[in-house]
Amino acid sequence: MATTSPVEVEPDLTPDEITMTAKPWVTIVWNDPVNLMSYVTYVFRTYFGYDQKKAEKLMLEVHQDGKSAVSNGTREEMERDVQAMHEYGLWATLEHQ
Amino acid sequence: MSGFTRHRRSGRIIATFSGFEADLLRSLASQLVELLRNEAAVPREHADPLEAMLSFDGPTTEPEDPVLARLFPTAYVENAEAAAEFRRFTEGGLRDGKAAGAATIIDTLEDAGLPTDLGDQKVVIDVELDEPAALVWLKSFTDLRLALATRLEVEQDDEAFWRALPDDDPRSQAHDIYEWIGALQETLVDALR
Repeated sequence: MATTSPVEVEPDLTPDEITMTAKPWVTIVWNDPVNLMSYVTYVFRTYFGYDQKKAEKLMLEVHQDGKSAVSNGTREEMERDVQAMHEYGLWATLEHQ
Repeated sequence: MSGFTRHRRSGRIIATFSGFEADLLRSLASQLVELLRNEAAVPREHADPLEAMLSFDGPTTEPEDPVLARLFPTAYVENAEAAAEFRRFTEGGLRDGKAAGAATIIDTLEDAGLPTDLGDQKVVIDVELDEPAALVWLKSFTDLRLALATRLEVEQDDEAFWRALPDDDPRSQAHDIYEWIGALQETLVDALR
């Protein structure tokens, strides 16, 4: 059984740095010539729980810019997201911010 | 082609296929299942059969087949070691999931009355899906389209190229099928919304 050690926050860290430290990984979805715009939007809405507006914005970023960072979090969380994207047939990778 | 709609009263997702269409979908889904099971997802270098049987290791290198390479992309662009590790833990499960999805399409069509050997029979196949099943179809249509597009080498904004191909070019026919599944999938996304 796992136990958690007491959390200690560096007193010198600003809130921004704490956020950056906690969620330093991103899931990137890349454009491909196959997946339908409606389908990609649907995946972002249903898997990530984004509203229609945000899902469409991310989909358009993928389509027009060639890629978009669609989620961020710990490395383990991003590996789960990338795996889920591959399940949906989207071309996804993860990287450190 | 009318595609998928949501039945107003039952809330289920329904579609009607001709025997020809259902047979075509089954044939594509079967080919995908075959491909997914063909190139081994598990490395075969185990000399000892017992060791091989007990090994739950997945593959660590990108599949050779371009379709499989597209279905199971490399997750880390700049870190080969992490990419191999990710693949080892995910590819087997992803393969099984995609094969199971394609098998669901085949089973649903056959349960709906598609004969094993269609021949010249005239049949109409009514498919009725609850939401989880519709999601399985939706994902599997994506896999089928990715497979066809990879084989055809479909690229962004290449519609003019395909339109210019003569009708008797086999690629033209395959591209029509690719577009047909795309149109079907569009109706399915719409019905699920």
